[in-house]
Amino acid sequence: MLRQPLTRALALSSPTRVAPVVPAARRFAEQVSVQPEKVEVFIDDKPVYVLPGTTVLQAAAQVGVEIPRFCYHERLAVAGNCRMCLVEVEKSPKPVAACAMPVMKGMRVKTNSDLTRKAREGVMEFLLVNHPLDCPICDQGGECDLQDQSMAFGSDRSRFTDIHFSGKRAVEDKDVGPLIKTIMTRCIHCTRCIRFASEVAGVDDFGTTGRGTDMQVGTYVEKMFLSELSGNIIDLCPVGALTSKPYSFAARPWETRRIDSVDVLDPLGSNIVVATRTNEVLRILPRTNEEINEEWLSDKSRFACDGLKRQRLVTPMLKDSRGNLTPVEWEDAIVAAARALRDCPPDKILAVAGDLADAEALIALKDFVNRLGSENTYTEQYFPTGGSGTDLRSSYLLNTKIANVEDADFVLLIGTNVRFEAPLLNARIRKAFIHNETDVALIGPKVDLTYEYTYVGDSASLVKDLAAGTSSNEVLKRLESAKRPVVILGADQLKTEEGAALLAYTQELALRLQDNLQDKEWKVLNVLQRTASQVAALDIGYKQGVGEALAAGPRVVYLLGADGGVVTREALPKDTVVIYQGHHGDAGASIADVVLPGAAYTEKRATYVNAEGRAQQTLPAVTPPGLARDDWKIIRALSEVSGAGLPYDNLDEIRERLSQVSPALVAYGDVQANNYFAQARALAKSLQKPVSGKLDVQLKQLEDYFMTDAISRASPTMAKCVQAVLKQKTSPY
Amino acid sequence: MLSSLRSGVQGLWRVSSRALQTTTTLQHDSLFVHRDTPEDNPNIPFEFSTANQKRVDALLAIYPEGHKRGAMIPLLDLAQRQNGGWLPISAMHKVAEILNLPRMRVYEVATFYTMFIRRPIGKYHVQVCTTTPCWLRGSDAVLNAIKEATGCEVGGNSPCGKFSISEVECLGACVNAPMIQVNDDYYEDLSVEDTKEIIEKLKKDEKPKPGPRSGRFASEPLGGLTSLTEEPTGPGFGLQDGLKA
Repeated sequence: MLRQPLTRALALSSPTRVAPVVPAARRFAEQVSVQPEKVEVFIDDKPVYVLPGTTVLQAAAQVGVEIPRFCYHERLAVAGNCRMCLVEVEKSPKPVAACAMPVMKGMRVKTNSDLTRKAREGVMEFLLVNHPLDCPICDQGGECDLQDQSMAFGSDRSRFTDIHFSGKRAVEDKDVGPLIKTIMTRCIHCTRCIRFASEVAGVDDFGTTGRGTDMQVGTYVEKMFLSELSGNIIDLCPVGALTSKPYSFAARPWETRRIDSVDVLDPLGSNIVVATRTNEVLRILPRTNEEINEEWLSDKSRFACDGLKRQRLVTPMLKDSRGNLTPVEWEDAIVAAARALRDCPPDKILAVAGDLADAEALIALKDFVNRLGSENTYTEQYFPTGGSGTDLRSSYLLNTKIANVEDADFVLLIGTNVRFEAPLLNARIRKAFIHNETDVALIGPKVDLTYEYTYVGDSASLVKDLAAGTSSNEVLKRLESAKRPVVILGADQLKTEEGAALLAYTQELALRLQDNLQDKEWKVLNVLQRTASQVAALDIGYKQGVGEALAAGPRVVYLLGADGGVVTREALPKDTVVIYQGHHGDAGASIADVVLPGAAYTEKRATYVNAEGRAQQTLPAVTPPGLARDDWKIIRALSEVSGAGLPYDNLDEIRERLSQVSPALVAYGDVQANNYFAQARALAKSLQKPVSGKLDVQLKQLEDYFMTDAISRASPTMAKCVQAVLKQKTSPY
Repeated sequence: MLSSLRSGVQGLWRVSSRALQTTTTLQHDSLFVHRDTPEDNPNIPFEFSTANQKRVDALLAIYPEGHKRGAMIPLLDLAQRQNGGWLPISAMHKVAEILNLPRMRVYEVATFYTMFIRRPIGKYHVQVCTTTPCWLRGSDAVLNAIKEATGCEVGGNSPCGKFSISEVECLGACVNAPMIQVNDDYYEDLSVEDTKEIIEKLKKDEKPKPGPRSGRFASEPLGGLTSLTEEPTGPGFGLQDGLKA
């Protein structure tokens, strides 16, 4: 069965077509296959040597000549239907479409000749005849390819006169859900959204219906675009046909300030640009990073930003005599918190870090609690403590790295629904599935991953049998014969009682495979964490297993953004003082006696470590609301009042401290190679106990995906998404 | 004073002629989005009949593994024939299910081709050619006769529900103009009387004889052959003497 669209399968296959920008990830295909001889072509008389199969457009890009285009997109299949990239080729009777034309030896391309310019003007004119003149009320205005290219390549005057007053072409708008606003009259039929939906998102809901002047892009039936990557078609649309619904009529691009930052709502740490105006986050866009998110962004990361304005903790609060939280000054809150901590026996202090905590706050809290004489710093997430526990970094990271997953030839997923736990990792696996013939197998509950996979079962003993090599399943053979296998264990499994054993078996399996590989650099073992804070917390040395610590009856509980509902009032003794530090009034704040308002990820310069172990920093795009402050500074102030002053006063000093703990925490953008796999495997041997349970995952359906943390739970857009998905489920389409 | 009155009147005139905002009229009989109706919605089940299921299997067998989607158009046609000449959305879903394709890929094909009719139509689908040769030979009169006889407008169904009329472009029988197509049959060389007779017969569910009404067998000249009348020459005709054996 062909996995890729026919257009792509038939196109000349060259590695540059699939990924024109060769990422830092190793391109194995290129190393192995013999490189064909390069051919010389001339772009505007500039000679350039390119591989046969390269298109004229790509060859031109290599010498810095940009050919205008609408339908061509380097990460999608070539469609060749907008005709904007027409160029003159010497000895060719007609202008040719540069995006679809492979180069030929000695080809002379003229990208700025009279013929080329005339062809572009003509195409532009035809596009504009059928395009409404509503730029002043169009949300794409200012970042519109059609606008820009009509300025650069269009004619300077119009021949369009509606002399019969018959009006312009008009198309009915479609309803594709609460995230994407469609104004289909503006559509120029580039089909980028259709190709994205079919190739990258794997949800084939878009298409063209009708033909000729009646052709329209849409879903034919009333249907929501049920994808976790749907927002990307807004970026892909070269005109204003698909725009962001939450951002509609909010701002013009030139009014916003753009700050490069990092997303924290999933464990991958996608690179983002935060667009702000008047101290308000207006929207979040993806920023290209070939190693992580390419140029995509998942919907939660993109659209949950309106949650940053709601349910915020804007002032310190103390519980009054009637049990209500009342706003107080910072001094009062800090003093109250410090008094509670000082009066508490050190072993009765418990600190719990949540999903969105940054490395600076984590290290400050740990140092502070340690200085008070306690070792009780935990994370809400869990990681098995037996064997090498969290001592060896290779045990809890995505060792293969996100970009390298593309090169894998067999992927085994154990107890993880990658599609919703890390949507862009899933997009990578899908890319490998489609373009590299990678096969996927899944152990765990049956879920829709957008590509076909071999379903092995959901029993934990399957992992044991695979690890021992005694399984009769054909997946074992596939794994053993694979040249670059990848095994990904979901962090959901670690929380269960058999988590330690599952991890041990996964390590055993992965390392047994790794030992037999030709490529000694290839890493097989991967653990996919669920949250942005967990890797940094483990690096810093947070302990695991908050349940036991709660059972010990703590007197003071310090919650650093712990909103996961792990710590509840019922689980605590009556007189326990709960100090909550965080940015949203969620589960944690509701049980707190003292509330210290912190900053969200768009409001602070902070370090986050993604699931690969890659440290990245967010930059402050807006100031924290009200009296809220940077998290590590709050802890620093509290430590001073508590008489256990921390030895760092500014960001540089605290990062110095981070680098003392682990240099990887401040090696921004880099991933340090992990080692000690064999030692971890040896230590895990003792944990290989019989397992009998079934693997389950938390996020099974699309409606589970949208609201998973304090920010997305506060976001009305995400709430609308959940409603819309549930409504769509009742529709027969 | 007068001049301002005049410009005001001119302004009024201009308003009445130009302020009307319009969009282009739909140039096609059918919509390219689906609307649920009582007759056509996804809750109405569609299954191929046993006889047609055999045809489905035979059609699928033609296409190699991995390219089964090539059977889409034949399957849609089969579904349309089974369903009385039109293609309901459930039939498209069924075809998508058989071919293991996203439904959208089937919608795309079904909306592209005008011979897939996505609204309920009558038992007899009368397609009247009105392209230039037929039009010159009086297709307007034929069309009017059909409209009168069936009580049906172009693009609509007759009150009795038996007929639907479409105005179509050239059906490739220009030499027998004017002509109409009823379901799979061509009726050619029509006069108004012929047309009326055909419709009357169809009303009684009798099948009129397809083909030209002028007495011709096919597209030969009306008054007998005008060329190639002589006996055909045998082999070796026109060969130079030297080459003759």
